[in-house]
Amino acid sequence: MLELRNVSYSVEENSTQKEIIKNINVTINDGFVAITGPNGGGKSTMAKLIAGIIKPTSGRILLDGVDITDVSITDRANMGISFAFQQPVRFKGITVKDLITLAAGKKITVTEACKYLSEVGLCAKEYINREVNASLSGGELKRIEIAMIMARGTKVSVFDEPEAGIDLWSFKNLIQVFENMHAKMGGSIIIISHQERILNIADEIIVLANGEVSAQGKKDDVLPSLLYGDVGCKTLLDKMEQ
Amino acid sequence: MDAIQKNLLEQVADLHEIPTGAYNIRSNGGLAGRNTTANIDIITKEDKPGIDIIIKSGTKKESLHIPVLLTQSGIKESVYNDFIIGEDCDVTIIAGCGIHNGGKEGTEHSGIHSFVVGKNSKVKYVEKHYGSGEGTGERVMNPTTIIELKEGAYLEMDTVQIKGVDSTKRTTKATLGDNATLVIKEKIMTHGKQTAETDFEVNLDGENSGANVISRSVAKDDSYQLFLSKINGNNKCHGHTECDAIIMDKACVRAVPEITANHIDASLIHEAAIGKIAGEQLIKLMTLGLTEEEAEAQIVSGFLK
Repeated sequence: MLELRNVSYSVEENSTQKEIIKNINVTINDGFVAITGPNGGGKSTMAKLIAGIIKPTSGRILLDGVDITDVSITDRANMGISFAFQQPVRFKGITVKDLITLAAGKKITVTEACKYLSEVGLCAKEYINREVNASLSGGELKRIEIAMIMARGTKVSVFDEPEAGIDLWSFKNLIQVFENMHAKMGGSIIIISHQERILNIADEIIVLANGEVSAQGKKDDVLPSLLYGDVGCKTLLDKMEQ
Repeated sequence: MDAIQKNLLEQVADLHEIPTGAYNIRSNGGLAGRNTTANIDIITKEDKPGIDIIIKSGTKKESLHIPVLLTQSGIKESVYNDFIIGEDCDVTIIAGCGIHNGGKEGTEHSGIHSFVVGKNSKVKYVEKHYGSGEGTGERVMNPTTIIELKEGAYLEMDTVQIKGVDSTKRTTKATLGDNATLVIKEKIMTHGKQTAETDFEVNLDGENSGANVISRSVAKDDSYQLFLSKINGNNKCHGHTECDAIIMDKACVRAVPEITANHIDASLIHEAAIGKIAGEQLIKLMTLGLTEEEAEAQIVSGFLK
Protein backbone atom coordinates (compact mmCIF):
# COMPACT_ATOMS: atom_id res chain seq x y z
CA MET A 1 0.00 0.00 0.00
CA LEU A 2 1.27 3.41 -0.96
CA GLU A 3 0.22 6.57 0.85
CA LEU A 4 0.82 10.21 0.05
CA ARG A 5 0.04 12.31 3.11
CA ASN A 6 -0.33 16.08 2.72
CA VAL A 7 2.16 16.03 -0.13
CA SER A 8 3.01 19.33 -1.80
CA TYR A 9 5.60 20.07 -4.42
CA SER A 10 6.58 23.46 -5.67
CA VAL A 11 9.26 24.84 -7.92
CA GLU A 12 10.72 28.28 -8.27
CA GLU A 13 9.66 29.99 -11.47
CA ASN A 14 10.62 33.57 -12.22
CA SER A 15 11.54 33.98 -8.54
CA THR A 16 8.06 33.00 -7.38
CA GLN A 17 7.03 29.65 -5.96
CA LYS A 18 4.78 27.69 -8.26
CA GLU A 19 2.85 24.88 -6.66
CA ILE A 20 2.62 21.83 -8.88
CA ILE A 21 1.15 19.49 -6.28
CA LYS A 22 -1.06 21.03 -3.62
CA ASN A 23 -1.37 19.15 -0.38
CA ILE A 24 -2.68 15.90 -1.77
CA ASN A 25 -3.78 12.89 0.26
CA VAL A 26 -3.95 9.65 -1.63
CA THR A 27 -3.99 6.01 -0.58
CA ILE A 28 -3.21 3.47 -3.27
CA ASN A 29 -4.16 -0.08 -2.42
CA ASP A 30 -3.25 -3.23 -4.24
CA GLY A 31 -4.95 -3.36 -7.59
CA PHE A 32 -5.19 -1.36 -10.73
CA VAL A 33 -5.19 2.38 -10.20
CA ALA A 34 -5.45 4.90 -13.01
CA ILE A 35 -4.41 8.51 -12.57
CA THR A 36 -5.94 10.86 -15.07
CA GLY A 37 -6.68 14.52 -15.51
CA PRO A 38 -5.78 17.44 -17.76
CA ASN A 39 -2.28 18.06 -19.04
CA GLY A 40 -0.24 20.04 -16.57
CA GLY A 41 -2.40 18.81 -13.70
CA GLY A 42 0.53 17.22 -11.85
CA LYS A 43 0.26 13.56 -12.89
CA SER A 44 3.87 13.04 -13.99
CA THR A 45 5.08 15.01 -11.00
CA MET A 46 3.18 12.66 -8.72
CA ALA A 47 4.80 9.65 -10.46
CA LYS A 48 8.25 11.17 -9.96
CA LEU A 49 7.48 11.82 -6.31
CA ILE A 50 6.55 8.16 -5.86
CA ALA A 51 9.73 6.94 -7.61
CA GLY A 52 11.87 9.36 -5.59
CA ILE A 53 13.18 11.30 -8.57
CA ILE A 54 11.95 14.45 -6.88
CA LYS A 55 11.28 15.02 -3.18
CA PRO A 56 8.13 16.67 -1.86
CA THR A 57 8.39 20.21 -0.57
CA SER A 58 6.27 19.04 2.35
CA GLY A 59 4.32 15.96 3.35
CA ARG A 60 5.22 12.30 3.66
CA ILE A 61 5.18 9.26 1.38
CA LEU A 62 4.69 5.82 2.94
CA LEU A 63 5.15 2.37 1.44
CA ASP A 64 3.44 -0.35 3.46
CA GLY A 65 3.50 1.98 6.45
CA VAL A 66 7.24 2.75 6.13
CA ASP A 67 8.12 6.41 5.61
CA ILE A 68 10.11 6.55 2.35
CA THR A 69 10.02 10.33 1.88
CA ASP A 70 13.79 10.62 2.29
CA VAL A 71 14.68 7.29 0.71
CA SER A 72 16.80 7.44 -2.48
CA ILE A 73 15.64 6.33 -5.93
CA THR A 74 17.88 3.24 -5.71
CA ASP A 75 16.60 2.20 -2.30
CA ARG A 76 12.99 2.75 -3.32
CA ALA A 77 13.62 0.59 -6.39
CA ASN A 78 15.01 -2.12 -4.15
CA MET A 79 12.06 -1.77 -1.77
CA GLY A 80 9.74 -2.58 -4.66
CA ILE A 81 8.88 0.51 -6.68
CA SER A 82 9.21 0.44 -10.46
CA PHE A 83 8.75 3.35 -12.81
CA ALA A 84 8.21 3.27 -16.57
CA PHE A 85 9.16 6.64 -18.02
CA GLN A 86 6.88 8.59 -20.30
CA GLN A 87 9.87 9.19 -22.54
CA PRO A 88 12.17 6.18 -22.34
CA VAL A 89 15.89 6.84 -22.20
CA ARG A 90 18.31 5.76 -24.91
CA PHE A 91 21.74 4.27 -24.17
CA LYS A 92 24.57 3.83 -26.64
CA GLY A 93 26.08 0.38 -26.40
CA ILE A 94 23.63 -1.00 -23.85
CA THR A 95 21.49 -3.74 -25.35
CA VAL A 96 17.87 -4.70 -24.74
CA LYS A 97 19.15 -7.82 -22.99
CA ASP A 98 21.44 -5.75 -20.74
CA LEU A 99 18.52 -3.60 -19.63
CA ILE A 100 16.17 -6.51 -19.03
CA THR A 101 18.93 -8.29 -17.08
CA LEU A 102 19.50 -5.18 -14.94
CA ALA A 103 15.74 -4.90 -14.41
CA ALA A 104 15.46 -8.54 -13.39
CA GLY A 105 18.38 -8.04 -11.00
CA LYS A 106 19.90 -11.38 -12.00
CA LYS A 107 21.31 -13.15 -15.00
CA ILE A 108 18.49 -14.25 -17.23
CA THR A 109 18.37 -16.65 -20.13
CA VAL A 110 17.34 -15.68 -23.62
CA THR A 111 14.17 -17.73 -23.08
CA GLU A 112 13.27 -15.66 -20.02
CA ALA A 113 13.99 -12.40 -21.84
CA CYS A 114 11.87 -13.72 -24.69
CA LYS A 115 9.00 -14.22 -22.27
CA TYR A 116 8.96 -10.54 -21.34
CA LEU A 117 9.56 -9.21 -24.85
CA SER A 118 6.94 -11.38 -26.50
CA GLU A 119 4.40 -10.12 -23.95
CA VAL A 120 4.86 -6.65 -25.39
CA GLY A 121 4.76 -7.91 -28.94
CA LEU A 122 8.47 -7.85 -29.72
CA CYS A 123 10.30 -10.82 -31.18
CA ALA A 124 13.14 -11.53 -28.78
CA LYS A 125 15.39 -12.95 -31.48
CA GLU A 126 15.16 -9.70 -33.36
CA TYR A 127 15.56 -7.37 -30.39
CA ILE A 128 17.61 -9.02 -27.68
CA ASN A 129 20.99 -7.86 -28.98
CA ARG A 130 19.84 -4.51 -30.33
CA GLU A 131 21.32 -1.44 -28.71
CA VAL A 132 18.81 0.76 -26.92
CA ASN A 133 19.88 3.69 -29.08
CA ALA A 134 18.40 5.98 -31.70
CA SER A 135 17.88 3.04 -34.05
CA LEU A 136 14.82 2.02 -32.02
CA SER A 137 11.57 3.87 -32.55
CA GLY A 138 9.74 5.62 -29.74
CA GLY A 139 7.09 2.91 -29.77
CA GLU A 140 9.66 0.12 -29.54
CA LEU A 141 11.32 1.87 -26.62
CA LYS A 142 7.99 2.21 -24.82
CA ARG A 143 7.37 -1.49 -25.14
CA ILE A 144 10.87 -2.35 -23.91
CA GLU A 145 10.23 -0.02 -20.98
CA ILE A 146 7.10 -2.05 -20.12
CA ALA A 147 9.01 -5.35 -20.52
CA MET A 148 11.57 -4.05 -17.99
CA ILE A 149 8.84 -3.41 -15.44
CA MET A 150 7.53 -6.93 -15.97
CA ALA A 151 11.04 -8.32 -15.47
CA ARG A 152 11.28 -6.42 -12.19
CA GLY A 153 7.97 -7.75 -10.91
CA THR A 154 7.79 -5.39 -7.95
CA LYS A 155 4.85 -4.65 -5.67
CA VAL A 156 4.35 -1.10 -6.98
CA SER A 157 4.65 -0.34 -10.70
CA VAL A 158 4.08 3.16 -12.03
CA PHE A 159 3.56 3.74 -15.76
CA ASP A 160 3.59 7.28 -17.09
CA GLU A 161 1.37 7.37 -20.18
CA PRO A 162 2.35 3.94 -21.47
CA GLU A 163 0.04 4.23 -24.47
CA ALA A 164 1.66 7.36 -25.88
CA GLY A 165 3.56 6.59 -29.05
CA ILE A 166 2.83 2.87 -29.10
CA ASP A 167 3.06 2.26 -32.80
CA LEU A 168 1.70 -0.51 -34.97
CA TRP A 169 0.67 -2.45 -31.96
CA SER A 170 -2.92 -2.48 -31.06
CA PHE A 171 -4.26 -0.90 -27.98
CA LYS A 172 -6.00 -4.12 -27.17
CA ASN A 173 -2.64 -5.81 -26.68
CA LEU A 174 -1.50 -3.12 -24.29
CA ILE A 175 -4.63 -3.59 -22.20
CA GLN A 176 -3.99 -7.33 -22.29
CA VAL A 177 -0.43 -6.74 -21.01
CA PHE A 178 -1.72 -4.80 -18.03
CA GLU A 179 -4.38 -7.36 -17.28
CA ASN A 180 -1.82 -10.18 -17.37
CA MET A 181 0.54 -8.16 -15.22
CA HIS A 182 -2.19 -7.59 -12.71
CA ALA A 183 -3.00 -11.29 -12.58
CA LYS A 184 0.61 -12.44 -12.31
CA MET A 185 2.31 -9.79 -10.21
CA GLY A 186 -0.40 -8.56 -7.92
CA GLY A 187 0.56 -5.42 -5.98
CA SER A 188 -0.34 -1.95 -7.15
CA ILE A 189 -0.24 -1.06 -10.81
CA ILE A 190 -0.52 2.68 -11.22
CA ILE A 191 -1.10 3.96 -14.73
CA ILE A 192 -1.16 7.56 -15.76
CA SER A 193 -3.39 7.76 -18.77
CA HIS A 194 -5.88 9.77 -20.74
CA GLN A 195 -7.29 6.73 -22.48
CA GLU A 196 -10.79 5.68 -21.60
CA ARG A 197 -9.98 2.07 -22.41
CA ILE A 198 -7.23 2.07 -19.79
CA LEU A 199 -9.41 3.85 -17.26
CA ASN A 200 -12.02 1.23 -17.99
CA ILE A 201 -9.89 -1.63 -16.63
CA ALA A 202 -8.90 0.25 -13.50
CA ASP A 203 -10.22 -0.71 -10.08
CA GLU A 204 -9.81 2.85 -8.91
CA ILE A 205 -9.40 6.20 -10.59
CA ILE A 206 -7.71 9.29 -9.23
CA VAL A 207 -8.29 12.57 -11.06
CA LEU A 208 -5.55 15.17 -10.66
CA ALA A 209 -6.35 18.67 -11.86
CA ASN A 210 -4.44 21.81 -11.12
CA GLY A 211 -2.28 19.99 -8.57
CA GLU A 212 -5.21 18.75 -6.55
CA VAL A 213 -7.17 15.53 -6.33
CA SER A 214 -10.49 16.49 -7.83
CA ALA A 215 -11.98 13.01 -7.70
CA GLN A 216 -10.96 9.66 -6.33
CA GLY A 217 -12.81 6.39 -5.99
CA LYS A 218 -13.99 3.19 -7.62
CA LYS A 219 -13.98 3.24 -11.38
CA ASP A 220 -17.74 2.91 -11.61
CA ASP A 221 -18.18 5.95 -9.42
CA VAL A 222 -15.59 8.19 -11.04
CA LEU A 223 -15.56 7.28 -14.72
CA PRO A 224 -19.14 8.33 -15.61
CA SER A 225 -18.73 11.79 -14.16
CA LEU A 226 -15.32 12.06 -15.86
CA LEU A 227 -16.81 11.30 -19.21
CA TYR A 228 -20.03 13.22 -18.92
CA GLY A 229 -19.81 15.22 -15.75
CA ASP A 230 -17.97 18.28 -14.64
CA VAL A 231 -14.80 16.88 -13.08
CA GLY A 232 -13.04 18.37 -16.00
CA CYS A 233 -10.80 16.02 -17.89
CA LYS A 234 -10.97 17.98 -21.09
CA THR A 235 -8.13 16.06 -22.69
CA LEU A 236 -10.03 12.84 -22.28
CA LEU A 237 -13.18 14.28 -23.75
CA ASP A 238 -11.22 15.75 -26.64
CA LYS A 239 -9.66 12.37 -27.32
CA MET A 240 -13.03 10.69 -27.25
CA GLU A 241 -14.44 13.14 -29.71
CA GLN A 242 -11.62 12.51 -32.17
CA MET B 1 56.73 -16.72 -18.50
CA ASP B 2 55.90 -15.32 -15.06
CA ALA B 3 52.51 -14.39 -13.63
CA ILE B 4 52.80 -10.70 -14.58
CA GLN B 5 53.68 -11.53 -18.16
CA LYS B 6 50.84 -14.05 -18.33
CA ASN B 7 48.40 -11.41 -17.08
CA LEU B 8 49.61 -8.90 -19.68
CA LEU B 9 49.30 -11.54 -22.37
CA GLU B 10 45.74 -12.22 -21.32
CA GLN B 11 44.88 -8.51 -21.29
CA VAL B 12 46.34 -7.63 -24.67
CA ALA B 13 45.74 -10.79 -26.63
CA ASP B 14 43.05 -12.70 -24.70
CA LEU B 15 45.57 -15.49 -24.49
CA HIS B 16 45.95 -17.78 -21.54
CA GLU B 17 48.66 -19.92 -23.02
CA ILE B 18 50.91 -19.93 -26.04
CA PRO B 19 48.61 -19.50 -29.04
CA THR B 20 48.05 -21.89 -31.86
CA GLY B 21 48.96 -20.81 -35.37
CA ALA B 22 51.62 -18.24 -36.12
CA TYR B 23 52.89 -16.03 -33.34
CA ASN B 24 55.76 -13.86 -32.27
CA ILE B 25 55.99 -12.85 -28.64
CA ARG B 26 58.32 -10.00 -27.81
CA SER B 27 59.15 -9.60 -24.15
CA ASN B 28 61.39 -6.92 -22.64
CA GLY B 29 63.04 -6.22 -25.96
CA GLY B 30 63.82 -9.82 -26.80
CA LEU B 31 62.15 -12.74 -28.52
CA ALA B 32 60.12 -14.90 -26.14
CA GLY B 33 58.63 -17.24 -28.66
CA ARG B 34 57.85 -17.64 -32.34
CA ASN B 35 55.99 -19.99 -34.56
CA THR B 36 55.56 -19.81 -38.29
CA THR B 37 53.20 -21.80 -40.46
CA ALA B 38 53.28 -22.97 -44.06
CA ASN B 39 51.51 -19.74 -45.05
CA ILE B 40 52.72 -17.18 -42.53
CA ASP B 41 56.39 -16.47 -42.26
CA ILE B 42 58.04 -14.23 -39.66
CA ILE B 43 61.54 -12.91 -40.25
CA THR B 44 63.59 -10.81 -37.82
CA LYS B 45 64.72 -7.51 -39.31
CA GLU B 46 68.45 -7.05 -39.55
CA ASP B 47 68.74 -3.28 -39.80
CA LYS B 48 66.43 -2.35 -36.92
CA PRO B 49 64.31 -3.97 -34.22
CA GLY B 50 61.19 -5.64 -35.56
CA ILE B 51 59.92 -8.29 -37.88
CA ASP B 52 58.67 -8.82 -41.40
CA ILE B 53 55.52 -10.85 -41.63
CA ILE B 54 54.83 -12.38 -44.97
CA ILE B 55 51.45 -13.93 -45.58
CA LYS B 56 51.13 -16.01 -48.74
CA SER B 57 48.40 -15.34 -51.26
CA GLY B 58 45.33 -17.47 -50.69
CA THR B 59 45.87 -17.89 -46.92
CA LYS B 60 42.44 -18.29 -45.36
CA LYS B 61 41.13 -18.60 -41.81
CA GLU B 62 44.53 -18.26 -40.18
CA SER B 63 45.49 -16.09 -37.27
CA LEU B 64 48.66 -14.40 -36.18
CA HIS B 65 49.45 -13.17 -32.68
CA ILE B 66 52.21 -10.64 -32.11
CA PRO B 67 51.98 -9.42 -28.52
CA VAL B 68 54.61 -7.20 -26.93
CA LEU B 69 55.18 -7.39 -23.18
CA LEU B 70 57.25 -5.01 -21.11
CA THR B 71 57.73 -5.73 -17.43
CA GLN B 72 61.13 -4.13 -16.78
CA SER B 73 60.93 -0.51 -15.71
CA GLY B 74 62.91 1.90 -17.88
CA ILE B 75 62.81 0.14 -21.23
CA LYS B 76 62.30 2.44 -24.19
CA GLU B 77 61.98 0.82 -27.58
CA SER B 78 60.82 1.41 -31.12
CA VAL B 79 59.79 -1.68 -33.02
CA TYR B 80 59.15 -1.88 -36.75
CA ASN B 81 56.78 -4.57 -37.96
CA ASP B 82 55.97 -4.85 -41.64
CA PHE B 83 53.07 -6.96 -42.80
CA ILE B 84 53.03 -8.02 -46.40
CA ILE B 85 49.76 -9.74 -47.13
CA GLY B 86 49.24 -11.47 -50.46
CA GLU B 87 46.11 -11.63 -52.57
CA ASP B 88 42.81 -13.33 -51.67
CA CYS B 89 43.68 -13.84 -48.02
CA ASP B 90 41.35 -13.90 -45.02
CA VAL B 91 43.37 -13.53 -41.83
CA THR B 92 43.13 -12.18 -38.31
CA ILE B 93 46.09 -10.40 -36.78
CA ILE B 94 46.12 -9.78 -33.05
CA ALA B 95 48.72 -7.32 -31.88
CA GLY B 96 48.83 -5.67 -28.53
CA CYS B 97 51.16 -4.17 -26.01
CA GLY B 98 51.12 -4.62 -22.30
CA ILE B 99 53.36 -2.64 -19.98
CA HIS B 100 53.73 -3.51 -16.32
CA ASN B 101 55.79 -0.85 -14.67
CA GLY B 102 56.61 -1.50 -11.05
CA GLY B 103 59.51 0.95 -10.96
CA LYS B 104 60.25 4.65 -11.04
CA GLU B 105 61.56 4.91 -14.57
CA GLY B 106 59.33 5.42 -17.56
CA THR B 107 58.65 2.53 -19.89
CA GLU B 108 57.95 3.29 -23.50
CA HIS B 109 56.95 1.26 -26.53
CA SER B 110 56.57 2.68 -29.99
CA GLY B 111 55.25 0.14 -32.46
CA ILE B 112 55.47 1.15 -36.07
CA HIS B 113 53.33 -1.19 -38.11
CA SER B 114 52.97 -1.06 -41.84
CA PHE B 115 50.46 -3.10 -43.78
CA VAL B 116 50.34 -3.78 -47.45
CA VAL B 117 47.14 -5.71 -48.09
CA GLY B 118 46.97 -7.45 -51.45
CA LYS B 119 44.14 -7.53 -53.94
CA ASN B 120 40.80 -8.80 -52.55
CA SER B 121 42.29 -9.79 -49.20
CA LYS B 122 40.40 -9.43 -45.97
CA VAL B 123 42.24 -8.62 -42.75
CA LYS B 124 41.00 -8.11 -39.25
CA TYR B 125 43.60 -6.35 -37.15
CA VAL B 126 43.05 -6.17 -33.41
CA GLU B 127 45.26 -4.01 -31.25
CA LYS B 128 44.94 -3.71 -27.48
CA HIS B 129 46.97 -1.55 -25.18
CA TYR B 130 47.11 -2.11 -21.48
CA GLY B 131 49.20 -0.85 -18.61
CA SER B 132 49.54 -2.03 -15.03
CA GLY B 133 51.93 -1.82 -12.10
CA GLU B 134 52.16 0.26 -8.97
CA GLY B 135 55.38 2.04 -9.95
CA THR B 136 55.54 5.80 -10.45
CA GLY B 137 57.26 5.39 -13.83
CA GLU B 138 55.15 6.41 -16.79
CA ARG B 139 53.75 3.85 -19.18
CA VAL B 140 53.92 5.28 -22.67
CA MET B 141 52.78 3.77 -25.95
CA ASN B 142 52.98 5.45 -29.32
CA PRO B 143 51.66 3.21 -32.05
CA THR B 144 51.96 4.18 -35.68
CA THR B 145 50.04 2.27 -38.31
CA ILE B 146 50.56 2.75 -42.03
CA ILE B 147 48.04 0.97 -44.21
CA GLU B 148 48.00 0.45 -47.95
CA LEU B 149 44.98 -1.36 -49.32
CA LYS B 150 45.20 -2.69 -52.86
CA GLU B 151 42.23 -3.13 -55.16
CA GLY B 152 39.25 -4.75 -53.42
CA ALA B 153 41.11 -5.21 -50.13
CA TYR B 154 39.33 -4.88 -46.79
CA LEU B 155 40.89 -4.11 -43.44
CA GLU B 156 39.10 -3.75 -40.15
CA MET B 157 41.17 -2.31 -37.35
CA ASP B 158 39.88 -2.60 -33.79
CA THR B 159 42.01 -0.64 -31.41
CA VAL B 160 41.36 -0.58 -27.70
CA GLN B 161 43.05 1.19 -24.82
CA ILE B 162 41.05 0.94 -21.66
CA LYS B 163 43.43 1.01 -18.78
CA GLY B 164 46.74 2.07 -17.42
CA VAL B 165 48.49 3.84 -20.29
CA ASP B 166 49.73 7.23 -19.10
CA SER B 167 50.46 8.76 -22.41
CA THR B 168 49.71 7.68 -25.93
CA LYS B 169 50.05 9.21 -29.33
CA ARG B 170 48.54 7.04 -31.98
CA THR B 171 48.98 7.81 -35.63
CA THR B 172 47.22 5.93 -38.39
CA LYS B 173 47.61 6.69 -42.08
CA ALA B 174 45.83 4.77 -44.78
CA THR B 175 45.71 4.83 -48.57
CA LEU B 176 42.99 2.96 -50.39
CA GLY B 177 42.91 1.62 -53.91
CA ASP B 178 39.87 0.88 -56.10
CA ASN B 179 37.00 -0.83 -54.26
CA ALA B 180 39.04 -1.07 -51.07
CA THR B 181 37.36 -0.66 -47.69
CA LEU B 182 38.79 0.41 -44.36
CA VAL B 183 36.91 0.21 -41.07
CA ILE B 184 38.51 1.58 -37.92
CA LYS B 185 36.93 1.21 -34.50
CA GLU B 186 38.75 2.89 -31.68
CA LYS B 187 37.88 2.69 -27.99
CA ILE B 188 39.74 4.71 -25.42
CA MET B 189 39.32 5.39 -21.75
CA THR B 190 41.63 7.73 -19.92
CA HIS B 191 41.78 8.58 -16.24
CA GLY B 192 44.05 10.31 -13.75
CA LYS B 193 46.37 12.64 -15.61
CA GLN B 194 46.60 10.50 -18.72
CA THR B 195 46.76 11.92 -22.20
CA ALA B 196 45.68 10.24 -25.40
CA GLU B 197 46.08 11.68 -28.86
CA THR B 198 44.71 10.03 -31.93
CA ASP B 199 45.53 11.09 -35.46
CA PHE B 200 43.83 9.35 -38.36
CA GLU B 201 44.43 10.23 -41.97
CA VAL B 202 42.69 8.31 -44.70
CA ASN B 203 43.25 8.91 -48.39
CA LEU B 204 40.47 7.53 -50.51
CA ASP B 205 42.38 7.36 -53.78
CA GLY B 206 40.60 4.47 -55.46
CA GLU B 207 37.29 4.49 -57.25
CA ASN B 208 34.49 3.19 -55.01
CA SER B 209 36.80 3.03 -52.02
CA GLY B 210 35.24 3.57 -48.61
CA ALA B 211 36.27 4.30 -45.06
CA ASN B 212 34.44 4.31 -41.76
CA VAL B 213 36.40 5.68 -38.80
CA ILE B 214 34.58 5.40 -35.49
CA SER B 215 35.95 6.45 -32.14
CA ARG B 216 34.26 6.08 -28.79
CA SER B 217 36.00 7.38 -25.75
CA VAL B 218 35.56 8.17 -22.09
CA ALA B 219 37.72 10.77 -20.37
CA LYS B 220 37.72 10.76 -16.57
CA ASP B 221 39.46 12.74 -13.81
CA ASP B 222 42.01 15.23 -15.19
CA SER B 223 42.77 13.34 -18.37
CA TYR B 224 43.08 14.84 -21.84
CA GLN B 225 42.12 13.44 -25.21
CA LEU B 226 42.62 14.77 -28.69
CA PHE B 227 40.95 13.15 -31.65
CA LEU B 228 42.02 14.17 -35.12
CA SER B 229 40.43 12.49 -38.07
CA LYS B 230 41.09 13.47 -41.64
CA ILE B 231 39.48 11.89 -44.64
CA ASN B 232 40.44 12.95 -48.13
CA GLY B 233 38.13 11.90 -50.91
CA ASN B 234 40.25 11.84 -54.04
CA ASN B 235 37.97 9.76 -56.24
CA LYS B 236 34.42 8.50 -56.35
CA CYS B 237 34.28 7.25 -52.78
CA HIS B 238 32.46 7.39 -49.49
CA GLY B 239 33.92 8.26 -46.12
CA HIS B 240 32.47 8.59 -42.64
CA THR B 241 34.19 9.64 -39.46
CA GLU B 242 32.55 9.72 -36.07
CA CYS B 243 33.84 10.67 -32.65
CA ASP B 244 31.62 10.12 -29.68
CA ALA B 245 32.99 10.98 -26.26
CA ILE B 246 31.77 10.95 -22.69
CA ILE B 247 33.45 13.55 -20.54
CA MET B 248 33.58 13.23 -16.75
CA ASP B 249 35.07 15.10 -13.81
CA LYS B 250 37.65 17.67 -14.96
CA ALA B 251 38.69 15.95 -18.15
CA CYS B 252 39.13 17.64 -21.51
CA VAL B 253 38.27 16.22 -24.92
CA ARG B 254 38.98 17.83 -28.27
CA ALA B 255 37.58 16.37 -31.44
CA VAL B 256 38.73 17.71 -34.78
CA PRO B 257 37.20 15.92 -37.73
CA GLU B 258 38.26 17.10 -41.15
CA ILE B 259 36.88 15.97 -44.47
CA THR B 260 38.09 17.11 -47.85
CA ALA B 261 36.43 16.27 -51.12
CA ASN B 262 38.75 16.55 -54.10
CA HIS B 263 36.37 14.79 -56.45
CA ILE B 264 32.82 15.56 -57.45
CA ASP B 265 31.65 12.04 -56.55
CA ALA B 266 33.29 11.93 -53.15
CA SER B 267 30.66 11.60 -50.44
CA LEU B 268 31.98 12.37 -46.96
CA ILE B 269 30.38 12.74 -43.55
CA HIS B 270 31.79 13.68 -40.20
CA GLU B 271 30.10 13.54 -36.83
CA ALA B 272 31.47 14.48 -33.45
CA ALA B 273 29.70 14.59 -30.12
CA ILE B 274 31.09 15.20 -26.66
CA GLY B 275 28.99 15.29 -23.53
CA LYS B 276 28.60 14.12 -20.01
CA ILE B 277 26.44 11.16 -19.04
CA ALA B 278 22.83 12.29 -19.26
CA GLY B 279 21.13 12.64 -15.90
CA GLU B 280 18.10 10.76 -17.14
CA GLN B 281 20.29 7.76 -18.05
CA LEU B 282 21.57 7.61 -14.47
CA ILE B 283 18.04 8.01 -13.09
CA LYS B 284 16.66 5.25 -15.33
CA LEU B 285 19.26 2.77 -14.09
CA MET B 286 18.75 3.89 -10.50
CA THR B 287 15.04 3.13 -10.81
CA LEU B 288 16.18 -0.41 -11.65
CA GLY B 289 17.96 -0.59 -8.30
CA LEU B 290 21.51 0.44 -9.24
CA THR B 291 23.39 2.99 -7.18
CA GLU B 292 24.58 6.13 -8.95
CA GLU B 293 28.13 4.71 -9.13
CA GLU B 294 26.91 1.38 -10.50
CA ALA B 295 24.75 3.19 -13.05
CA GLU B 296 27.72 5.27 -14.19
CA ALA B 297 29.94 2.19 -14.53
CA GLN B 298 27.23 0.41 -16.51
CA ILE B 299 26.82 3.34 -18.91
CA VAL B 300 30.57 3.65 -19.45
CA SER B 301 31.16 -0.05 -20.00
CA GLY B 302 28.20 -0.27 -22.38
CA PHE B 303 29.48 2.75 -24.29
CA LEU B 304 32.92 1.18 -24.69
CA LYS B 305 31.69 -2.34 -25.32
